Amino acid sequence: MGWETWIIATLSRTLAYGTPLLIATLGEIFAERAGVLNLGVEGMMIMGAYSGFVIAYTTGHPWLGLLVAGVVGAVFSIIHAFVSVTLKANQVVSGLALTMLGLGLAGVLGRGWEGLPLFTPIRKITVPVLSNIPVLGPILFKGQNLVVYLTMLLVPVLWYVLFRTRVGISIRAVGESPATADSLGINVTRVRYLCVIFGGFLAGAAGGYLSVAYRPSWTQGMTGGMGWIVIALTIFAFWNPIYGLLGSYLFAALYHLSFRLQAWVSPELLKAMPYLFAILVLIFVAQGTLKKKMGAPAALSVPYTRGEE
Amino acid sequence: MTAPNWLKIERRPVASGRTVFIVSVSAILAALLVAAIFFAAYGVSPIYAYYLILRGALGSSHGFSETIRRMIPLLLCGVGLTVAFRALFWNIGAEGQILMGAIAASGVALFAGLPGPLLLIAMFIAGFLAGASWGLIPAALKAKLGLNDVITTLMLNYVAMYLVLWLVHGPWKGASMRGYAYTDMFPNAAQLPTIGSTSIHWPTLMLGFIAAVVMYILVNRTRSGFEIRVVGENPEASRFAGISQFKTTMLVMFISGGLAGFAGVGEVAGIYHRLLDPSQISMGYGFTAIIVAWLARKNPLAVIVTSFFFGILMAGGDVIKIQLRLPFQLINVFNGLIMFFLIGSELLMRYKISIRRR
Repeated sequence: MGWETWIIATLSRTLAYGTPLLIATLGEIFAERAGVLNLGVEGMMIMGAYSGFVIAYTTGHPWLGLLVAGVVGAVFSIIHAFVSVTLKANQVVSGLALTMLGLGLAGVLGRGWEGLPLFTPIRKITVPVLSNIPVLGPILFKGQNLVVYLTMLLVPVLWYVLFRTRVGISIRAVGESPATADSLGINVTRVRYLCVIFGGFLAGAAGGYLSVAYRPSWTQGMTGGMGWIVIALTIFAFWNPIYGLLGSYLFAALYHLSFRLQAWVSPELLKAMPYLFAILVLIFVAQGTLKKKMGAPAALSVPYTRGEE
Repeated sequence: MTAPNWLKIERRPVASGRTVFIVSVSAILAALLVAAIFFAAYGVSPIYAYYLILRGALGSSHGFSETIRRMIPLLLCGVGLTVAFRALFWNIGAEGQILMGAIAASGVALFAGLPGPLLLIAMFIAGFLAGASWGLIPAALKAKLGLNDVITTLMLNYVAMYLVLWLVHGPWKGASMRGYAYTDMFPNAAQLPTIGSTSIHWPTLMLGFIAAVVMYILVNRTRSGFEIRVVGENPEASRFAGISQFKTTMLVMFISGGLAGFAGVGEVAGIYHRLLDPSQISMGYGFTAIIVAWLARKNPLAVIVTSFFFGILMAGGDVIKIQLRLPFQLINVFNGLIMFFLIGSELLMRYKISIRRR
C-alpha cells in the first residue's frame, strides 16, 4: 500500500469513527455547560443504538431510525434531569444508574434482534466533482455518509449558539453561577432540563448512527465504552464544540493508527489502547497552561436551590 | 421550593437511623414495584417471579451457596467503596481492581512454586497489592493533576479487562486447555477450601467480615478516619486543618483497590481455580458494589447486610434466566432502578415533610 492510500484510508476511517464520538460529545458539552454532569451517555447511546436499529429494520427508513434514536435518548435523559435537577440528587450516581438501566434495558429488549442484517442503512455517498480533488477528495467526499457532514455543520452552529447568542449566555450563566442567573430572571431549572434533554437527544442519535450507518446491525454492548470516552472528550474539549471536533477526530485517528500496529502487538492489547489514550489525553490537558483560562463550569454537578449558596 | 401551605417542609440536620432505614426499604420496594412491569410484560406474574427469586436464592442449600458466593466479592468491594466514597473519591474501577487481584493471584499460583499454606497467603498479599496499585494510579492522578476520578477509574477497568484477555489468550494460556482461553489449573495448594460441597470459599468470606469491622473502626474511631471524613465532607476545612489531600486520597484508594483485589483472589482461588475470561471472573461485581455501598449509606458494617441483599438479587438472576427463560440483563434493570429510587429518596431524608396543624 502506497503512503498516499494509507493516509487516505486512515483519515477516511477517522471521520467515520469520530462522528458518533463527536455527536455525543457536543450533547454532553451542552449539559455540562448548564452545570449538569451526565454520566449516562453510555446508557443513552445503547438505547439509541437499539431503538434506531429496530425502527430502521421494521420501517426500512434509516433516517427515521436515527431520529427515533435521538428521541429515545432524550426521553431517557429526562430521568436524569428529574433526579439530579428536581430531586437534587447526586449526579455521579444518577448518571451511573442511567447507564446501568440503559445497558440492562437494551439487553432485555434487544434479545432476538441480534445478528439481523440491516438492508437499508444510511448509504455512503460520493460527492460528484469534489471527490476528484487529490487526497482531500477521497478522504472527505468519497464513502462517507450524510451524517458525517451534518455533524461537521453542527459544530460551528452550536459554537455560535453557545458563545454568541442570548441562549448561550443563559446556558453558561446557569452553569457558572446559578444564583446570579436566577437573579437575572433566568429559569435555572428549565435551562438545565433543556440542556440535559438536548444532550440526551444527541447521545441517542450517536448510538443510532452506530446501528444504522457505521455498523448496520444490532449487538449487545455495541457502544463498547464509547459513552465513557465521550465524557473524557468533553473535558479535553474544554467544553467548547470546536475543540470537541478536534478531540473526537484526534481520538479516532489514534484509535485507528493503533490498529496498524497489529503486526507487532497482540490484538487484545491494542483494544486497550483507546482507554489508555483517554487517560493520556486528560493528563496532557491537565498539564497544559490552558487549564486556568478555560476550566470547567464552576457549578458543574452542583444542584441549585434558591436561597442556599 | 414552593409547596402548598398545608405542607410543612423543614431541613433536617441529620436523619435518624430509623428514617434512613424506612426510606431505604421503601425505595427498594418502589424499585421492585416498577420492575414488576417487566415481568408482567413477559406474561409472568410478578409475585410468582419474586417468589421464585427468593426461593431460588434462599430456599435450598445450593441457592444459598450461590447467594453467599456472590455476596463475598460484593462485601469486599462494597466495604472498600464506602471508604473511598467517604473521601469523595468516585471509585468506579472496582471491576478492574478485582481483575488485577485475580491476575496477581494467578501469577503467584502458577509460577511462584511456594509450598503449602504459604502459597495462598502469598496469593492474597499479591492480589491485595495489585488491586491497590491499580487503585493508586487514579488516586495519584486526581491528587496531583486533578484528573477526574470517575473517568480514570473507568478507563482502567477496560485496560485490566484486556490485560486478562491478553494473558489467557497469549503468554499464560494453559498447555492442557486446547482451544479454550484459560490458564492451566492451579495446584491444589492454591485452591481455597469451601464449606462442604458448596462454593462458599469461607476464608474470603471471613476476610470480608473482618474488613467490614476494621474499616468501621478505622472510619469512626481513628485519626485517619477523621481525616477521610473531613476531606470528603468539607475539603476547604481539610486544607485549613493541614490534612494532606494527597495522603488521604492515596490511603482510601489503597484500601478500596486492595479489598477489590482480595475479591479477585477469592474468585480465582475459590471458584474457578484458574484465570479465565474477565466477564466470568467478575460478573459486574465492581459496579453492583457501588449500589451496595450507597445503600449502606457509606457505613462499612451495613455493607454486610446490603451485600447479602444484592447476593440474593444476583443469584435470583440465575432463576430469571433458567426457570423463567427471561434475559438475565433484567438484573441490570433492577440495579439501575434501585439506584434511582435510592438517590431520589435522599431528598426525603434531607427534608422533613409533615402536614401542618392549625
